[in-house]
Amino acid sequence: MQANTSASSYKQLEQKSKLTNMFLRWFLYFVLILFASYFIFPLYVMVVTSLKTMEEIRQGTLLTWPSALNFESWAVAWGGRGYGAGDTFLRPYFWNSIKMVVPAVFFSTFIGAMAGYVLTKWRFKGDQWIFLFLLFGCFIPFQAILLPMARTLGVLGISNSILGLIVVHTVYGIPFTTLFFRNYYVSIPTELVKAARIDGAGFFKIFFKILLPISAPIIVVTVIWQFTQIWNDFLFGSTFSFGEAAPIQVALNNMVLSSTSVKEYNVDMASAIIAGIPTLIVYVLAGKYFIRGLTSGAVKG
Amino acid sequence: MLKSLEKNLPKIVLAPAVGLISWFVYGFVLWTCYISFTNSKILPKYELWGVGQYVKLWASRKWLIAVDNLLIFTALFLIICIVLGIILAIFLDQKIRAEGVLRTIYLYPMALSFIVTGTAWKWILNPSLGIQKMFIDWGFENFTFDWLVNREMAIYTIVIAGVWQSAGFVMALFLAGLRSVEDEIVKAAKIDGAGLFTVYWKILIPMMRPVFFTSFVILVHISIKSYDLIVALTQGGPGISTTMPALYMTQTAFHKSQVGLSAASAMMMFMAVAAVIIPYLYSELRRENAS
Repeated sequence: MQANTSASSYKQLEQKSKLTNMFLRWFLYFVLILFASYFIFPLYVMVVTSLKTMEEIRQGTLLTWPSALNFESWAVAWGGRGYGAGDTFLRPYFWNSIKMVVPAVFFSTFIGAMAGYVLTKWRFKGDQWIFLFLLFGCFIPFQAILLPMARTLGVLGISNSILGLIVVHTVYGIPFTTLFFRNYYVSIPTELVKAARIDGAGFFKIFFKILLPISAPIIVVTVIWQFTQIWNDFLFGSTFSFGEAAPIQVALNNMVLSSTSVKEYNVDMASAIIAGIPTLIVYVLAGKYFIRGLTSGAVKG
Repeated sequence: MLKSLEKNLPKIVLAPAVGLISWFVYGFVLWTCYISFTNSKILPKYELWGVGQYVKLWASRKWLIAVDNLLIFTALFLIICIVLGIILAIFLDQKIRAEGVLRTIYLYPMALSFIVTGTAWKWILNPSLGIQKMFIDWGFENFTFDWLVNREMAIYTIVIAGVWQSAGFVMALFLAGLRSVEDEIVKAAKIDGAGLFTVYWKILIPMMRPVFFTSFVILVHISIKSYDLIVALTQGGPGISTTMPALYMTQTAFHKSQVGLSAASAMMMFMAVAAVIIPYLYSELRRENAS
């Protein structure tokens, strides 16, 4: 008798908890989807707006689906109209950004890899302080170096040029790339290096034969990080370049702010998508490495 | 000769990195610091002038507005990002279907530049054709949402866009933190009769202390440096109501040609960042040495 009641009440309890569980699950999904829509909303609005005509934009709301897939704004944003004063478009600035990003990413990654290699596999007295010395560069607010940098670029005769921006981005990327490689190489057993040294392998041979072949993941993380940072930079681009040498983010901002004629929101949104698409593609294709860069770039000291 | 070269090769290879950072980071910060104590206008002057620029800075109404805005923005940005980040991380940690898709959606804004983000939100928030019109067209005829052009409220539009960009990142940090906790700890607590809520509130969240600390440092750092987003969204306006220190610094230097004053504002920013970063680096280093 006794056992019976307790069994049935247990069953009741179980049923009740099943119900609350189901309710909780629904609530969970509701909240998660609610926030997902907050995050997806601007992207949706950007894409939809870029496909509408100005007439449709004025008549509908942000969410209205375009009547036809109209890619004209994209063509205007990318290549201009071909007439009229102030016919600015993104194509040349897109190439400026490519010409700036590729060498800057390459050089900063290479210097960082070398520094990380020395700091972990050829340790010397005080190397930790050198690391800290370099690391602090990750955190300085760039406003504190803007004025002297502008003068230095002027003295070197490379202000308002893509070369100048390559130098700036290479230099201020070094603390991050060093951090990435140092933290990766520190987890690789030093015995490997010691054994190779006993076999008579030199500094560069050890790097190229032993470390480089196993560095693929960290190279991907570093390249993605640097690519995203430099592609998205606005402060350096807008301070050290203008006119024809400007990178894409500066050009986008100028295009959106120019108030010469009627505001064309569809072209603005198409431009914003064009400026954002390279990093977005990288994120979708290599999200894992992107996130790893974000967290280790930020978390580890 | 060759032998000593070989012996010093590692240091020679390290030299470019150390040299560049010494010059372009430390040297430049010192230069800016020195200039902040001079009366430089368009061109830098090198005779010392005392703390005049700092006095001028803190007497400037625009700078005080900038600092005020920074405090408002930082407080809201921090709290909302962290609360949202934790909630999303905990919810995602419940063996959710399509977790990967949701995570991708929460985090993608981080891949976009602040200029792109600002451009998008500027369009969404503009009163004539944006959200306001959407609600009016839906039948809410008296609906107003004019924060972007409202002096009192414009700063909050920057919070909205900033949170949109960064909350997913905080979520990723917390999710990684939660996943690194041993399953045994949670199992043991459950055997002891703790409910899911108690497990999180009493055990897991307190264990996330380092993640809180990291998020705090990163978010404060982002907010002190925030510049692009304001340029794209409000350009400091309406009027000067959304000016922030970073914007003040570049405007003073490059539009008003007050190099000394702008160097002083840059040094204030530098000190604010250092006050947050140095304890952080110190504790990180101690943790690394301990383990």
